[in-house]
Amino acid sequence: MTTTPEGDGPPPEITDAEIAAMHDDPRFVALKRTLFRFTVPVLLASLAWYLVYVLLSAYARDFMGIVLFGNINLGLILGLSQFVVTFWITWGYNRFTARHFDQQSADLRDDIMNGGGR
Amino acid sequence: MNILAQEMSDSNRILTIALFMVMVLVTIGITIRGGRSTKTATDFHSGGRGFSAWQNGFAVAGDYVSAASFLGIAGTIALYGYDGFLYSIGFLVAWIVALLLVAESLRNSGRFTVADALSYRMRQRPVRTAASIATLSISIFYLLAQMVGTGALVTLLLGIKEGETFLGMDAGSAKVAGIVVTGLLMVAYVAFGGMKGTTWVQIFQACVKIGLAFVLAILVLAEYNFNLSALLGDAAQASGQGAAFLEPGLKYGTEVAGDSVQTLWNKLDLISLGLALVLGTAGLPHVLIRFYTTPDGKTARKSVNWAIGLIGMFYLLTLVLGFGAAAMVGKEAIVAENPAGNSAAPQLSQVIGENIAGSTGGAIMLALIASAAFAAILSVVAGLIIACSSSLAHDLYNGVFKRGEASGRQEVVFAKFAAVGVGAIAVVIAVFAQDLNVAFLVALAFAVAASANLPTLLFSLFWKRFNTAGAVAGIYGGLISSIGLVIFSPTFSSTPTSLLGEGVDIAWFPLSNPGLVSIPFGLICAVVGTLMSKETNPTRFASMQVRALTGAGAERAGTH
Repeated sequence: MTTTPEGDGPPPEITDAEIAAMHDDPRFVALKRTLFRFTVPVLLASLAWYLVYVLLSAYARDFMGIVLFGNINLGLILGLSQFVVTFWITWGYNRFTARHFDQQSADLRDDIMNGGGR
Repeated sequence: MNILAQEMSDSNRILTIALFMVMVLVTIGITIRGGRSTKTATDFHSGGRGFSAWQNGFAVAGDYVSAASFLGIAGTIALYGYDGFLYSIGFLVAWIVALLLVAESLRNSGRFTVADALSYRMRQRPVRTAASIATLSISIFYLLAQMVGTGALVTLLLGIKEGETFLGMDAGSAKVAGIVVTGLLMVAYVAFGGMKGTTWVQIFQACVKIGLAFVLAILVLAEYNFNLSALLGDAAQASGQGAAFLEPGLKYGTEVAGDSVQTLWNKLDLISLGLALVLGTAGLPHVLIRFYTTPDGKTARKSVNWAIGLIGMFYLLTLVLGFGAAAMVGKEAIVAENPAGNSAAPQLSQVIGENIAGSTGGAIMLALIASAAFAAILSVVAGLIIACSSSLAHDLYNGVFKRGEASGRQEVVFAKFAAVGVGAIAVVIAVFAQDLNVAFLVALAFAVAASANLPTLLFSLFWKRFNTAGAVAGIYGGLISSIGLVIFSPTFSSTPTSLLGEGVDIAWFPLSNPGLVSIPFGLICAVVGTLMSKETNPTRFASMQVRALTGAGAERAGTH
């Protein structure tokens, strides 16, 4: 599928203008929109959740100390939830790129490198 | 049985030394192998770009999980409970930024250094100079923190106390020896092995430290029949703090009774630290340049998946180790050994080993965990040295002084000398600074990375109007405000634990962590600088964005 060189050898000669020309291609615009529609909300949500967690740790200590069962309190569960969210986002982004990004991006790259980008 | 040094016979130390020696020999062997195939600048700076996703993921974990995380976080949890955990969460969540915005784009739009990506759209010399100064500042702060800690750690790991001698060394000379040996090794890895050798060393050391932490954590949990709640209960009880030990507030953002102003500052300081941790990682040059060792952007991104899995697992293990040490070693025994708690994990390993196989078991476990900590020190300092030498050679020497006209060979030779030079300077400073409290340098490195590097990197990838003046203003603004605020903070003067001690008081900035102010300040500098200059380069922006997202025109594996 991909025709860009995988092994040895320099990248094919390609000028900045040829690469820049792809910027206005509808396929590139669509790719960029698809990507940012995933990454920006996910990033903001995860940072917000982290900030909430830090703020709760600073200002809501009684809340964090609520015992759920045994010696496990809400603070520990919320802390562990940060791990779960991070792993979950990693998994989700991997799935997103496999479905909606990698192939599209490789196709555009091939187009540019073969001079078909315009 | 709890007091490490008194129990620690010379034969135990010899076992630890022997394991250290094995580690040194294995890593030197790896370095020589890696160095043999290092010829071009791409080999030296980026390991030939042939590393697969899992390989780079392990190397990133090796690069990132320092002795401060390994021993420091476990120790902080052991002494202060929940608050140590707070630190590790910031270190992990930060990787989301690197995953979603930085790894793939950076790999696709740069060649060897952070400055490559930053200066792509800009006038080369001013931006390269600024980016290189930021890279060097971050890496050298981080390096000094590691090196100064190294001396104390090696004496701790060998159990040499004040007034004792071992192989003719007292505690003081053992510290110096630890710093010098670490310095020699890190320079050897980088100068002889280049990025290829260093990467394999880091992969090996990541396996050693994460593997051993895993074994120890499983053994701790086995003592409690894998009942985490029971472990936490024991830890809380042994700490003497009860339930408070499992809640936030013993170390960070502490509430000072009757002093609401200080309480406010303490809490803001916690938030400031949290911000720097979560935004700093994706701006750390020694981590970022690792992405250039992969064949393409997709592999760089997938290597972050591996890194997140490994680093996340590691911080979950430190949670078990920290609470395990609180429960099974106890605060008094830990503080008696090391007031900062760095000895918690080694002491825990000794107790666990003794429970399984008597004093021999204790000695073996202790030696194993000590070598895991040694691996953590070595792999991180090697990563820092290569970040410094790459930036000095590629950005300052070739990019700025030679205007990009030096050959790859000249650049590599310069980089090797730069590695020796930076290593020598770091050793000398660390030896003289070993009695100073430099723990703040890690937080400062994160603050500079978050204030100077991350905003400019993101603007240069995603903001069309961004230009040379904005990049330069953003980098220097973030850099100077972070350092400046720390100089006028309580970490530098006015308290007994300050760098300059209690006698000097120039502290007017109340927070120890500058991030809360310096990150927005760096951002504003970048925006204002941009808007004050008329320079724009739409073609360059368009081509950078296309490159970042598609990898078009990027150097791939095996390029010569």
